[in-house]
Amino acid sequence: MFTIVKKMNLSHDVYWMDIDAPYIARKAQPGQFVILRTGRMGERIPLTIADSDREAGTISLVFQEVGKSTMLMGALKQGDNLDDVVGPLGLPSHIEKLGLVVIVGGGIGIAPVHPIARGFKEAGSKVISILGARSKDLLIMEDEMVKASTEVKVCTDDGSYGQQGFVTNVLEGLIEEGSPIDMVVAIGPVPMMAAVSKLTKPYGIKTMVSLNPIMVDGTGMCGACRVTVGGKIKFACVDGPDFDGHEVDFAELRLRQRMYLSEERDAIETLTYVSE
Amino acid sequence: MTDTNNTTPKKEKVPRQPMPEQPAGERQKNFDEVPYGYTPETAMLEASRCIQCKKPRCVAGCPVGIDIPGFIKAIEVGDFPESIRILKDSNALPAVCGRVCPQEDQCEILCVLSVKQDPVAIGRLERFAADWEREHGEVKLPEVAPPTGKKVAVVGAGPAGLTVAGDLIVKGHEVTVFEALHKPGGVLVYGIPEFRLPNEIVEFEIKNLENLGVKVINNIVVGKTFTIPELMEEEGFDAVFLGVGAGLPMFMGIPGENLNGVYSANEYLTRSNLMGGYDFPRYDTPLKRGKKVAIIGGGNVAMDSARTAKRLGAESIVVYRRSKKEMPARIEEIHHAEEEGIDFHFLTAPVRILGNEDGAVIGMECLTMELGEPDDSGRRRPVPIKGSEYILDVDVVIVSVGTGSNPLLTKSTPGLELNKWDYIVADQKTGVTSIPGVYAGGDIVRGAATVILAMGDGRMASGAMHRYLMGEPEPADAPEES
Ligand SMILES: Cc1cc2nc3c(=O)[nH]c(=O)nc-3n(C[C@H](O)[C@H](O)[C@H](O)COP(=O)(O)OP(=O)(O)OC[C@H]3O[C@@H](n4cnc5c(N)ncnc54)[C@H](O)[C@@H]3O)c2cc1C
Ligand SMILES: Cc1cc2nc3c(=O)[nH]c(=O)nc-3n(C[C@H](O)[C@H](O)[C@H](O)COP(=O)(O)OP(=O)(O)OC[C@H]3O[C@@H](n4cnc5c(N)ncnc54)[C@H](O)[C@@H]3O)c2cc1C
Ligand code: FES
Repeated sequence: MFTIVKKMNLSHDVYWMDIDAPYIARKAQPGQFVILRTGRMGERIPLTIADSDREAGTISLVFQEVGKSTMLMGALKQGDNLDDVVGPLGLPSHIEKLGLVVIVGGGIGIAPVHPIARGFKEAGSKVISILGARSKDLLIMEDEMVKASTEVKVCTDDGSYGQQGFVTNVLEGLIEEGSPIDMVVAIGPVPMMAAVSKLTKPYGIKTMVSLNPIMVDGTGMCGACRVTVGGKIKFACVDGPDFDGHEVDFAELRLRQRMYLSEERDAIETLTYVSE
Repeated sequence: MTDTNNTTPKKEKVPRQPMPEQPAGERQKNFDEVPYGYTPETAMLEASRCIQCKKPRCVAGCPVGIDIPGFIKAIEVGDFPESIRILKDSNALPAVCGRVCPQEDQCEILCVLSVKQDPVAIGRLERFAADWEREHGEVKLPEVAPPTGKKVAVVGAGPAGLTVAGDLIVKGHEVTVFEALHKPGGVLVYGIPEFRLPNEIVEFEIKNLENLGVKVINNIVVGKTFTIPELMEEEGFDAVFLGVGAGLPMFMGIPGENLNGVYSANEYLTRSNLMGGYDFPRYDTPLKRGKKVAIIGGGNVAMDSARTAKRLGAESIVVYRRSKKEMPARIEEIHHAEEEGIDFHFLTAPVRILGNEDGAVIGMECLTMELGEPDDSGRRRPVPIKGSEYILDVDVVIVSVGTGSNPLLTKSTPGLELNKWDYIVADQKTGVTSIPGVYAGGDIVRGAATVILAMGDGRMASGAMHRYLMGEPEPADAPEES
């Protein structure tokens, strides 16, 4: 049984959960994810491990309610159990000591970049984190990111907090100032990761992104998570989820993520029906 | 009638008893099992056809060497408990094997009767005995030897792993099965659809293993959650069996294969069977049903996908690049598929999948083939006919062209020897791998094979593992090497 030992609300539809999963906590590294099911009839959904505590035997997940499964999860309380949690899956992010690493987290993507930022900082790199959100109340984990970084820059689409604009504007500023950037790590919505990769490419700055295609098993058995990277098919669950952003076919990824749009709407309808 | 066989059939000719089935028109709309199974009367009548050969050839055709005349005799005289006891002596999953084994190519093809008439329906009788036991709640668990104090880890809860678990628990070892998915059974639950093998039957067999003391832990991916060295050095397992199957789906590399609506058979079947996608939105996992579905391939997996698509309301077309004669699927399954109205486009190869601006499949371009000279596999090689391209207007495509070795575990295990296709190298008589105490069998050693071969491997490996754990020497029948 995977007990929810703590649940917090980070912004209106974003939650933080600590889950009792000692085997996974023992092994989890930045960049890895779990697949879980909320119940016997639930689907398998992947969520990045935002943090883990070996001693306590817990892993932390941060998720946004976007559809039926994440809404069901959002309705769970501290002390409730999840049926299945499997992991840690995927390859850990490659972390090493570099001169300057820029970490870009967009929206909910701040949760998965957090352990990566911390990892780079602990390895002795200088870490500048750029956090972006649509508006002030949607910004999550700012304090944690301040601890995990050398410097943090915040921007919001509507200018309600930090600099007004997109993360790419801030990153462009850094590049133009002539900051000697060794690597960029960007996690967030697909259009954001695509834009960051497009920006850094002409400068030849290595850019890692974390891809989130639709998954089923997460062990390389189904091929649902296939993405095209450098013209070759890769399975994000076993070959990733981190890939070189300059090689990723983002347009294909976006289309594939939308595969079940109409079915997802049907699922939400049954959810309302069930909860009546 | 002259009879060259010294065992003269004493009975008058009873024809092979047909298996009552759900009518094709009905069953294309549901996922209930297709054949209903024999009644006790029919089973006894069919069993009476067996002439009890002194040197039964059928047994030689069975990869696990079931005492076929023995269990059939017991059915003939109505002693069903005895028949299941005999079956279970050599086969831990008779209800499964009675349903999915290719008997027509194994035991039944060798049946003496088949010279003059139809062979004894060995598979149907096996299924009958197993079902009788389950339905009568008279399951006798084998006796378990006193504890040996040895701990064994089985990785993968498919037929190979479950066989090893069942054998070793009875010998007094402590057995833990680690399964990556949230449900044990391997291909039996995620691949083979319920209309051919109800999940309930697999669950029942696993419950029996648990009743014997086997611990089954789901949601553990060995190679990720634990590595093999960790299992042995930190978790204290004395031996490990690897039965992880060969589940890596292959694609063809044609344009359009990543469009929305293109599935590997593994994904399609997993969504439908394991995740209950056929019952979406009651179950949460969606599945594109499609109006017209093309299934590429000609094996059992292709048949299962085609029949699933049909049941989900689609027009279902199997596209196969050779002719019907070369199809690797079981004859019975091809026959069932034809009855259910599945279309076959033989000598047809897909060249590209077409999509719309939303990335959804709207068609598949195909090429007609003719058969040329035999290739390495001995089958005549399909050769494209120039200018024969045409477009099949389908909206879902299921790629069922085979599976390979999944590197997740094998590549994360230092010192594990693999062959050039990345399957695990294991001794053919013992299942021993290049790592002491680690054994392997089933599809991960053979490449995609069958349930019974996987079980045969499990049986063989469990014997060797037991000897290893008890410090007993291997039997000296193997040629000595210095
Ligand atoms: C490696 C990986 C890590 C992820 N980490 C996080 C995370 O830390 N926090 C977070 O909030 N989200 C994360 N996601 C996305 C998360 O899995 C989806 O939000 C979730 O599956 C949506 O399910 P749903 O039923 O609530 O929504 P649905 O209504 O089913 O879908 C909404 C959208 O979510 C995506 N989605 C749906 N099903 C899946 C699936 N099985 N796998 C992946 N994406 C799917 C699709 O783009 C879909 O359009 C991650 C995805 C991947 C692949
Ligand atoms: C659709 C389909 C139809 C088939 N039809 C037939 C048929 O009619 N008759 C027949 O005889 N054969 C059939 N087969 C083939 C047969 O099912 C396989 O040969 C057989 O299941 C192989 O058994 P196995 O134990 O080696 O592996 P599998 O059944 O593949 O089981 C392996 C198990 O290991 C688990 N696993 C994998 N990696 C890990 C890991 N790292 N850690 C933990 N667990 C792991 C998997 O999740 C799985 O549960 C069919 C196969 C398919 C796909
Ligand atoms: S999720 Fe199935 S192969 Fe990656």
